Amino acid sequence: MYKILVVLTTVVVFLSACEQGSSDDAAVPFASRYAGLDSTSTLLKGATVLTGTGERLENTDVLMTDGKIVEVGADLSAVGAEVIDASGKWVTPGVIDVHSHLGVYPSPGTESHSDGNEVTAPVTAQVWAEHSVWPHDPGFATALAGGVTSMQILPGSANLIGGRGVTLKNVPGRNVMDMKFPGAPHGMKMACGENPKRVYGSRGQAPGTRMGNVAGYREAWIAAADYRDKMAAAEDGKGEPPMRDLKLETLAGVLNGEILVHNHCYRADEMSIMLDIAKEFGYTVSAFHHAVEAYKIGDLLAESDTCAAMWADWWGFKMEAYDGIRENAAIVDKAGACAIIHSDSGIGIQRLNQEAAKVMGAAARVGMDIPPEHAIQWITKNPAKSLGVEDVVGTLEAGKMADVVVWNGTPFSVYAQAEQVYIDGALAYDRNDPSVNPIPDFSLGTSAATGGAQ
Amino acid sequence: MKHLSLALLSIVFVSVVHAETTAIVDATVHTVGPRGTLENATVVIENGQIVAVGDNMKAPDGATVIDASGKIVTPGLFTPIGSLGLVEVGFSAGPDDSGQIGDQFTASFDVADAFNRRSTLIAINRIEGVTRALIAPSPVGMDDNGNLSSVFSGLASVVNLGDGMASIDRRGAAMVVNLGESGVDYAGGSRAAVLMTVRQALDEAKDYRDHGDAHERGQHSDYNYSVADLEALQRVLSGAVPLIANVDRASDIEELISLAHEYGIRAIISGGAEAWMLAPHLAAANISVILAPTANLPSNFDSLNASLKSAQILAEEGVKIAFADGQITHNPRNITQWAGIATAEGLPWDDALRAITLSPAEMYGVADRVGSIEAGKDADIVIWPGDPLELTNYPEQVFIKGESVEMVSRQSLLRDRYLDTDDKRPPAYRN
Repeated sequence: MYKILVVLTTVVVFLSACEQGSSDDAAVPFASRYAGLDSTSTLLKGATVLTGTGERLENTDVLMTDGKIVEVGADLSAVGAEVIDASGKWVTPGVIDVHSHLGVYPSPGTESHSDGNEVTAPVTAQVWAEHSVWPHDPGFATALAGGVTSMQILPGSANLIGGRGVTLKNVPGRNVMDMKFPGAPHGMKMACGENPKRVYGSRGQAPGTRMGNVAGYREAWIAAADYRDKMAAAEDGKGEPPMRDLKLETLAGVLNGEILVHNHCYRADEMSIMLDIAKEFGYTVSAFHHAVEAYKIGDLLAESDTCAAMWADWWGFKMEAYDGIRENAAIVDKAGACAIIHSDSGIGIQRLNQEAAKVMGAAARVGMDIPPEHAIQWITKNPAKSLGVEDVVGTLEAGKMADVVVWNGTPFSVYAQAEQVYIDGALAYDRNDPSVNPIPDFSLGTSAATGGAQ
Repeated sequence: MKHLSLALLSIVFVSVVHAETTAIVDATVHTVGPRGTLENATVVIENGQIVAVGDNMKAPDGATVIDASGKIVTPGLFTPIGSLGLVEVGFSAGPDDSGQIGDQFTASFDVADAFNRRSTLIAINRIEGVTRALIAPSPVGMDDNGNLSSVFSGLASVVNLGDGMASIDRRGAAMVVNLGESGVDYAGGSRAAVLMTVRQALDEAKDYRDHGDAHERGQHSDYNYSVADLEALQRVLSGAVPLIANVDRASDIEELISLAHEYGIRAIISGGAEAWMLAPHLAAANISVILAPTANLPSNFDSLNASLKSAQILAEEGVKIAFADGQITHNPRNITQWAGIATAEGLPWDDALRAITLSPAEMYGVADRVGSIEAGKDADIVIWPGDPLELTNYPEQVFIKGESVEMVSRQSLLRDRYLDTDDKRPPAYRN
């Protein structure tokens, strides 16, 4: 049952999206109104292409039409397509960050902008990060200059269950609905360890310990299972449905496989416990975030088909981050688990490629040679998988969204820069033509407005 | 023991006539000194010092020879501000000795006595090339009783990351002050009050300099600052040590330029998000800037014009630069990445290397001993497999004061324990 649920997750998500408000159905509140920028048919010629499927193709062309990848191959031609000489360039799928707080903790980081943590109760599954997203955060444009085409915006980690996350396409919008990734399932943020116990324990409130944390999750899931069962029974004509409850609706959405769990969890022992809780209540952890000790349990992550989202080298800023090592993602990958490099930072998100490169170099020191065509998956395909959008984005395959980055060379260099970024086939950023680039409202009149994202 | 970790290099023990002589041969040596970059070069280390550098030079008889053909050799890296050795885990896990609260010590608060050369952070960073650092005080905010840190954080010191007892290279090498938004919480809530506080301290220090004897005899009015603070400020007033100002906004930097001129003090900016807007003025005033080459977001209203071009613009105007991201705590090792990012944004490569080696040494008055590969300087040397700024290149060997560093850290031990993913023994029974 548990295994089947894992396999079906992605499918179920799309089938049942209507119920959870993530469909494009205008009748559903906060549904995606993403329209995409104007795109033309574009043919990139002669690049080194990292497909995201594990392949590296030399002297290869990429054809994008109507917002989709049409073909990746040699000597392509297309009538009416704008042909761009990409020889000497490297082409990859758009970078995807599974862990961002852009918009909910925007720049400037004033107290009045602090909208990421609903620190009023340890379980706030009823709140949705998208309702805090400020679309004019200048960090979206700078992330775009780093090749980021999609990202998940999450609530913070003060709470055991912090609320729903939202996946966005990195295009400017007047509101969050304009930016929402069409058809993407919601995420739900959970947090292990120090943060919840500190925030609530310091108020003399539960949880004040890690064991208090675990009791809190389980109590929430018991209530959610009961709500789900009563709702299901009512649909079968057995009894009245309970009154709609936003908190339990989100939690039941997880139990039904419609919402994906993204669990902030540093320590290997705590991640192991969280996997047992998931088994107890019949859900899957899509990804552990800030998984600083994931390298200690790569096998367990592989077994449960749970991704680990990691930094390259953040460590030591708190006790649960003390055992961080640079080789973390490489060892997780070697164990057969899904490795992701994430940012949690408006600065870090601009160079996820470089963070991956640091891991590659560190791994090579101990004989783990990870080629670029493999490492690129840490910031493209694998985050797409954890977000439940792997079928439509994250690799350069025919029929997928044409989210594409043209780099000035290998992306795994400190000198790497994204030169062009395409989102759904539209040129969203061009380092060589500032007139293309978005200027957030907030940036008007500053240096960032002269020459695009600085 | 000293050479065990050199396995990656081919080492030839010719003889042990001069046990303390090591020659690194056949390397590309970026001296960061007047001789620039030397190909097929030899660096000779003796008794902890560099005694000779040259191209096509033979290793002295009896020297331990390290064949570095195809390798890059640079000076040891120098991080210009941070709390290395002052904190293990910063948050809810023991003290951070870089800061203190209250007004008993302000300008004279000296972090050097708290430095722990055995900190786990030292080995983690030195095996990635960091050999020297400025350890600096920083404000910590407010305690439960409402006591605050001070506008003056105190004195910073230059340390080396070696194993020797003599880890403090220069005590009190700089003084740290918090201007602009970084200081308002400690001066009643206004940046104008911050400047008044700084001026008051400097004025009292001048008065104490001129009337100290009378003050000690009780024949002069009291001061707001302690004698210890006023004594510490003398070295700033005399220009013997620089005043590092944590400041970002251009208008506050203009105030700093005026202040430095008025009191004849030497200033260094740390942060400096908008410093690039005043580049020619900073060059004229001989004010250096420690900046984060990644800082391009308007994180507050002091940083509205933060720009990735900062390093390039400042260097082009002749401003001395170094790289940090505010107070660096755990990852001083990432200065090579920052240097590379600055290079990608237009800073010449040689200037980027200088910013992480010689420039900070000059800022803190230790360039006679470190910062470049020149005869007579301490032998802080890093051997790289390729471009030191490139992310996939890690040092193969690091020397600090001529000692070959064991290339092991708590992180490398953790890695080695978990590297074999098929090992099913409990981890505590592994390596």
